Amino acid sequence: MKKLDRNQIAARVARDIPDGAYVNLGIGLPTLVADHLPKDREIVLHSENGVLGIGPRPAKGMEDEDLINAGKEPVTMLKGGAFFHHADSFGMIRGRHLDYCVLGAFQVSVAGDLANWHTGTPDAIPAVGGAMDLAVGAKNVLVMMEHLTKEGKSKIVERCTYPLTGARCVNRVYTDLAVIDVKPDGLHVVDIVEGLSFEELQRLSGVPLRRLATAA
Amino acid sequence: MIDKFIASAAAALADVPDGATVMIGGFGNAGMPAELIDALIAQGAKNLTVVNNNAGNADAGLAALIGAKRVKRIICSFPRQTDSWHFDKAYRAGELELELVPQGTLAERIRAAGAGIGAFYTPTAFGTRLAEGKETRRIGERDYVLEYPIHADYALIKADRADRWGNLTYRMTARNFGPIMAAAAKCTVAQVRETVALGELDPEEVVTPGIFVKRVVRIAPLRKVA
Repeated sequence: MKKLDRNQIAARVARDIPDGAYVNLGIGLPTLVADHLPKDREIVLHSENGVLGIGPRPAKGMEDEDLINAGKEPVTMLKGGAFFHHADSFGMIRGRHLDYCVLGAFQVSVAGDLANWHTGTPDAIPAVGGAMDLAVGAKNVLVMMEHLTKEGKSKIVERCTYPLTGARCVNRVYTDLAVIDVKPDGLHVVDIVEGLSFEELQRLSGVPLRRLATAA
Repeated sequence: MIDKFIASAAAALADVPDGATVMIGGFGNAGMPAELIDALIAQGAKNLTVVNNNAGNADAGLAALIGAKRVKRIICSFPRQTDSWHFDKAYRAGELELELVPQGTLAERIRAAGAGIGAFYTPTAFGTRLAEGKETRRIGERDYVLEYPIHADYALIKADRADRWGNLTYRMTARNFGPIMAAAAKCTVAQVRETVALGELDPEEVVTPGIFVKRVVRIAPLRKVA
């Protein structure tokens, strides 16, 4: 089996984002998706801190501290971009104007519950940022994560054991092993990496999976 | 005559009392009113409640205010960062109370205060730990959480240009919380890069109208020394 690396997962996510989409990429792993968006599509990237139309990273020495993304990394603007204040920015999110958001996750449940902000350990300092707003607001919530924890446990679970970010909000999960849709009747496998059988994916995941006719 | 220009950051913050609720604009360093925060530290007000997206980075600005033990309570969405050591230390020592709020709820609670809204229902955080104990309601097909406005005594914000009426423009993503905090506080103090004569700002480009701003301090930008 050939597990996908981080960039390959990002490229797989990017493939599914259509021309004309308004998209928010979460901090961390999802940010990589920007590097893989097909050049022939006009895709408008949103960031929580009040910007639409984010372009590539600036060249060294061209950074401007007033122009950053939600990860506080320097960015550039595309032609057609716009600035707005925080309440408008989250109005866009909550008001269901964003077509897609891509988020990282600790766990996703069979019902589409998302846990990505808190490990639940008592001494951990919590930080939530915009994750809960994105989870309830974007029209399509895509999750990007490794399929298994370092201990080999499935991150797709019957019920999240970590504190929830949002309930029943995830539409599709992209992992290093598979692409899985979350539907009212359960999890549907869309893609499996080369060399991994459906049965083996099922065994590793530990939750019931359904096979799409198109899946290997 | 209206003249909101104040000669110094110290003069603009001289009357901040102990126990005040102070909103501080900025997202990371973008829009952070660093010189106003320095003046607040020098001024000495303590037992402050601070409203900001974060809880300070590295050793300057809000982090320094926390490090100087002036903050008793912070309302924010994202305190934990790789360089939030002043917050982490105070929080773990039990010296600092944290109210963690989802970022969009934080923004809307601030907006609501400035707009005279008594409370609002938001779908954000429903079914999560951050909604525990809060009133909820099903409206149509969705579940919502009741949230209340956050009012402040002072807002410290950073804008780009201002005239003496307090009209403000911003620069790129430094706008972030500035406009909504300006409206939510009884006394909004803006530090700006440039002050201009009345009439020089095109009314079309004014983002925060002067009605929301009480005091304006021009802070000359630092020039990088070659």
